[in-house]
Formats: sequence, structure tokens, C-alpha cells
Amino acid sequence: MLMASTDRFQPWTDQSAEPQLRIENVVKTFDDFTAVDDVSLNIYRGEFFSLLGGSGCGKTTLLRMMAGFLTPDAGRIFIGDQDLVGLAPYERPVNMMFQSYALFPHMSVEKNIAFGLQRDGVVKDEIIDRVAKVLDLVQLSQFAARKPQQLSGGQRQRVALARSLVKRPKILLLDEPLSALDKKLREATQYELVNIQQQVGITFIMVTHDQEEAMTMSSRIAVMDKGKLVQLGTPSEIYEYPMNKFVAGFIGSVNMFEGPLVDNQADHSTIESHDFGGQLLIGRGVGYGLGHPTSVAIRPEKIRLAKREQPMDLPNKTTGHLKDMAYLGNSLVYHVVLESGKVLKITAPNLGSHPENEFFRDEPVQIGWNASACVVVEP
Amino acid sequence: MKAATQLLCRLLPRQSRGWVIAGPYLWFLVFFLVPFVVVLKISLSTAEVAIPPYAPLFTFGDEGTLNLAMHFGNFAYIFSDPQYILAYLSSLHYAAGTAIITLMIGYPVAYAIATSKPNVRPMLLMLVIMPFWTSFLIRVYAWIGILKQNGLINNFLMSIGVIHEPLNILNNQFSIYVGMVYAYLPFMILPLYSNLEKMDHSLLEAASDLGAKPFRAFLSITLPLSLPGIVAGSLLVFIPAVGEYIIPTLLGGADTLTIGTVLWNEFFGNRDWPVASTVAVALIVLLVGPLMLLQHYQAKEGEKA
Repeated sequence: MLMASTDRFQPWTDQSAEPQLRIENVVKTFDDFTAVDDVSLNIYRGEFFSLLGGSGCGKTTLLRMMAGFLTPDAGRIFIGDQDLVGLAPYERPVNMMFQSYALFPHMSVEKNIAFGLQRDGVVKDEIIDRVAKVLDLVQLSQFAARKPQQLSGGQRQRVALARSLVKRPKILLLDEPLSALDKKLREATQYELVNIQQQVGITFIMVTHDQEEAMTMSSRIAVMDKGKLVQLGTPSEIYEYPMNKFVAGFIGSVNMFEGPLVDNQADHSTIESHDFGGQLLIGRGVGYGLGHPTSVAIRPEKIRLAKREQPMDLPNKTTGHLKDMAYLGNSLVYHVVLESGKVLKITAPNLGSHPENEFFRDEPVQIGWNASACVVVEP
Repeated sequence: MKAATQLLCRLLPRQSRGWVIAGPYLWFLVFFLVPFVVVLKISLSTAEVAIPPYAPLFTFGDEGTLNLAMHFGNFAYIFSDPQYILAYLSSLHYAAGTAIITLMIGYPVAYAIATSKPNVRPMLLMLVIMPFWTSFLIRVYAWIGILKQNGLINNFLMSIGVIHEPLNILNNQFSIYVGMVYAYLPFMILPLYSNLEKMDHSLLEAASDLGAKPFRAFLSITLPLSLPGIVAGSLLVFIPAVGEYIIPTLLGGADTLTIGTVLWNEFFGNRDWPVASTVAVALIVLLVGPLMLLQHYQAKEGEKA
């Protein structure tokens, strides 16, 4: 997370801070399909906020309601004290960067960018000045006279960004801004986009289906599923403490164990898991009564894999056989079958070849993890 | 169409492809170029009372010589006689007027169809094409019944008391325009529709997002992007309208002078085939310009697709 590394930007923890955008109980249905189901959100000035979810989760519908292309069936959307519902897109202090970029094919790069300023009646000299500045910001000054068809995908993406930024909107909406780029360019552009956002200081709200993109770029992420807001938090909160199985599975991958709660203390708890073949120690207390069926998620990178004969000082450990392994270059993925038949996914950094971390298919192994690696999630 | 072409290309060995293309070329050669050469040949002849009613271009002399006699007098004649010039001008005037009026009417119609719900579009397009199912001649003839002194319009207007004397709306310029606009409207609507239907809706959303009110967005985005459709539609109306014969004859007055009526009179009235052919050749030469323009824009459309 780039934001946290530079400073502690956390306006949402400040009780006195006024949110810039308030979404209150917004509902949108298409025929009999509820696309957005009673979503409420507060977004603060200067945030890089991501709406994350699979296709059809309602994230784009929510964004299009902010832009004014759709009207909510119920609920309100405020920027400051201004109620946006009922305002046409051309009356809103927000701009949108389209997934397809929607660049005007018959206009040069310069004219595309100047279009919004002309609509606002900005004087000619200022238009020229502001277009030149924003072209400089996205490093496209030498392409000002080109038509969109004469640009590469990455250049078009930057023209679209410049065009939506030049009007200095209060909030910039980005609909899958990187989805049309290839993988390598996408990664470079992630950082570039965050840098530009910090330079201009405008609130960005981005829709994405790519959890890695959301994790890299966002100050906070709202995970959506079936039209509902499932979890809201910083990337690390969402990754480390997913609320339910959907979030845990959508953000990265997890191994799940289920069983009744057998011990519950303030600083630890335990479940009895058949799949694990014994008791699983969890590093914190939970809000259930004893005997309550409980789901525990463990991230693949938090599990240690070792040879049977090696000592392992971890509270949760068991044995199994190595079923499959995949070499990814920077890391290794192992599939281990436990005695119960349950298959666990384990990832390990590529530490280089050494007898202790060289494993073979069907080799008997032992695995283990810390109590703190166990996260209790809602079903 | 594109898929069919690709399929054909895959099925046929490379050297046979030339033959496939040769088909249409041969068709044009036989049915367009050859008649044109015949007409050109007649235009360089003189009228005679004979069968056929013109002097042969090639004759054999007594000493076995081949004599070629080309008369350019016909061309000099039609360009010196103001009647032909006036007929050309009047035809251009009707054709241009028809193109402009069909554009004014056809653009909103095409826009409405292109922005209608996808499930009603085929029906709306069908309604545009439907008149073609009836004979062109009968449809034009029907307009006489609508426009004449005791026709539908006059009877209706008199019965509701708007007018007391029947309007003179048949056998004049007005009725020619009514017939031409009616007949050529589909040729304007269809290319415009196919252009507007391809328009990327997100461009209008982007314009709106950037602060353009709907009419501004139409002027700045939709209109310039539909220019190829406007040009294609206008030329598809203009080119056949220049040579139109039936509508001016049936709906125009006795003094109506168009290139179509002049052609008819020279061929069948005066039996002066050479002059008639000269008029036809001059018409084709006159239309080559707009035709090339049409091809240029179609090629441009093709590049985009």
C-alpha cells in the first residue's frame, strides 16, 4: 500500500472529519434484478478508493450512479452538502474515466482534452495553458496533435486520464482504468496513477475486479458481492481479517477449516476440526458460544512446510503427503494432502536449492502454522 | 458478408480467387461498359431515316478502305441549345433539393431508429423498406390521387373548412418534390441508420460527463461522426434523382423540363437517337464526380469498420 508508506493518511479514523462523498442507502434494480442493494459509504477527500468485486456485483452500477448516468431507485448521494441525485452528468462536479476511454475519434488529443474546458466557458488562453499542463503531467506533450487512433493503448489511457483530470473535478471516477492494458504496462501504470493522484490531490474512486490492483493502489477498498457492500477497510485489514468466506476467497486464496468451538478465552480459542485431524488453536477470542460451528481461514503463505523428521515448533501442526507442486519463479506452490484427504494450498518464497527445502511428489511432509495465522470468518 | 468472403478465401485455392473476382468484373464489362460504348458510338453519329435510325460509324469505301465518321456536332449542339442546359440545371436543382429535404427528414428518422430499443429496430427498418414491395410506378401514380384537385388532401382540407378553393398542388414543382422526397427517402434513411447505429454510446456519455448538454453533444460528437453517412445518403439520393424520369412526367406539369424527359422525347418523340445518346453521355460525365466522391467516402467507412 503506497499511501501508508508515505504518511499516515487515515481520515476515516478521525471522528470529526467530514466525508467528501456520502452514499446513503442507495438501491438500484433493473427489471427484477437488484444491482445495488442498500449500499452506504463515506469517502474522504484525497482518498484513492476502490470498489472491488466480480462481474455483476454492482460496482459499476454504483459508479455510474455517482457519475449521473443512472438514477438510484432509493437512497441519496451527497458531495459535501450538495445532493447529486437528480443532477444530470453535465451538472455534477465529478468526472469519469471510461473503461473504453471513450475518446472522440474525430478530435486530436489536444481537442479531446480541451472539450470539457470549452463547455465550462473557460477563456481560450487558460484552456491552452491548462491543456499543456495536463499533457505534461501525463507525459504526452509531443502527441498533442495526434488523433486517438494514432496512439498506443497506454497513450490512449493517459489521454483519457488527462481529459477527465483537466476540469479539476472534486472526485474522479475510474471505471476499470487499467483493464485494457497488457500485464506489464498495467503494473507500471498502477504506480503512475497513484503518483498522479497524489500530485493533483483529487479523490479517486476506482472500480476494479482485480484484487491485486485494488491492493496496490487503494487507501481503502469496498468489497462488493451481489449488490451488497460486504467489507470496507484498508487493503491490509481486508487481507488479514476478511469478514467472510467470500472476501477471504476473493482477496487472495485461503485454506478453510470448519468445526465446533471447543474453547473460547479472551486471548485464544480452539476448534475441533475433523479435516485437520485435531484441535486448531486460534490466536484470539471469538464472539460465539461453545459448540458453535466456526470457520477458520489460513493464508497459503502463512503455512510452513517441512520434512517429517525436522523439528517444528508451531502450535498447529499435522502431517500429510505432497501431492503437486508448481514452480512460479519467485515462489513455489505446494498442494499437500492431509490424512483426512483435505488438500491444502501452501506457498513458499523461492529460497534457492537446499536439501531442507527440496521436496518431491508423494513425499511425506509435515506442515504447521501459528495461532495468529488462523482468522475466524463468517460463513 | 465478411465471414462469407473469408470462407470463400479459405475454400478456394489461391489461383482460383482471381476467377472469383473476375465474375463481377465481367458482369460490369458486359452490362455496363458495353452498353455505354454503344451509346457513346451512337452519340457520335447522325440521325437518319433508317433501321437503326442513325448513320453507321464505320463504312467500307469503294476501294476497300475503312472509313470512320465521327460527328461531334451533337455535343456542340446540346451545349449551345439553352433547352438542354436548362434541363440539366433543372434536374440538378430537383436532385439537390430532394437530397437536402430527404436529409432533413431522414436524419431524425434514422436517429430515432438507431436509438430505439433493439427489439423494435427490425420492425422500424421493415417499415422503411416496405414501400419497395409495391411497384414504384403505382406508388408514384397513387400520389396523383392524393394531390389532385378533388384528391385526398384537398377534399380533407375543404371538409374541415381550412380552405374553400382546392389547392393547386399537382403538376407543379411542389408535387415533383413530394414525389421525389417520398420515393428517395429510404435511400437516405438506410445509410444514415447504419452509420448512427454504429455510434459508440459511451462517446455521448463522455461528452455529457465533460459538461456538454445533449444538443451540444449532438453537434460536437454525433453530427461530425455521422458525416460519412450524410454524404453516402445524399449521393445515393442525388445521383439517381438527376436522371429521374417517371416522377417529373407523372407529377410534374406539361412544361416540366428535366434531363429524363428530354431523353425520352429525343428517343421516342423525335427518334433522334444520336442526340438522345449525347444527352445520356453528358449526364454520365456530369455524374462521375459525385460517384467518385461516394466511392471515396465508402472506402473511408470501410477502413473504419
